[in-house]
Amino acid sequence: MSEIRIQREDFDPGAEIAALQTAAGDVGAIASFMGLVRADNRMEAMTLDHYPGFAEREIATHVAEARTRWPLLGVRVVHRVGRLTPGERIVFVGVASSHRGAAFAAAEFLMDYLKTHAPFWKLEERENGSTWVEARESDDQSAKRWR
Amino acid sequence: MKLLYFAWVRQKIGRSEEELVLPPGVTTVASLVDFLRRRGEGYAAAFAKPELLRCAVNQEHKRFDARVGPDDEVAFFPPVTGG
Repeated sequence: MSEIRIQREDFDPGAEIAALQTAAGDVGAIASFMGLVRADNRMEAMTLDHYPGFAEREIATHVAEARTRWPLLGVRVVHRVGRLTPGERIVFVGVASSHRGAAFAAAEFLMDYLKTHAPFWKLEERENGSTWVEARESDDQSAKRWR
Repeated sequence: MKLLYFAWVRQKIGRSEEELVLPPGVTTVASLVDFLRRRGEGYAAAFAKPELLRCAVNQEHKRFDARVGPDDEVAFFPPVTGG
């Protein structure tokens, strides 16, 4: 079971985790990560732009890769787009497996991918105007660990 | 042909999508870029440095030497920045 959603509206992390619990198979471990928007450098809001269809396919490719690396029973990825302010939920990754090792590793792998290469563009709003974010080196290093 | 623009490419061009009748001589993404950059100031700004852009043809990442046809969906965007 894999579910990938890109949506403007908020999500319920508890409901996402509960859904993983019902994955078929001998689920013994669920690892989840939830990301919130930070107010870095007095950022007031960020707007995420995406290419519908293309974005889901790109993420699905990496979910499929995670499934070849670890014995996963369920994967749920929820990413929000549109305008978000600090403190708001932005991303959820949840992974179900029989054992915690695979669940932890796959959740981290998917988050490293999402932070660096997920097909989103971010416009950050500050007091002095808005700027498009460019790709970041530190996150790239995290993602490279898996190659 | 359907064209889609994202992030600052969309901002510079001033629209998110448009339909285009494939002009004669346009057979690749690169020749499409050459055609588009002559359409006006916004396009010229968006395509001033094609090396800063990525493209997708029919929702798949492609290089600028990829072929394009009249029924294709071609998207231009900056490198993705992650979530």
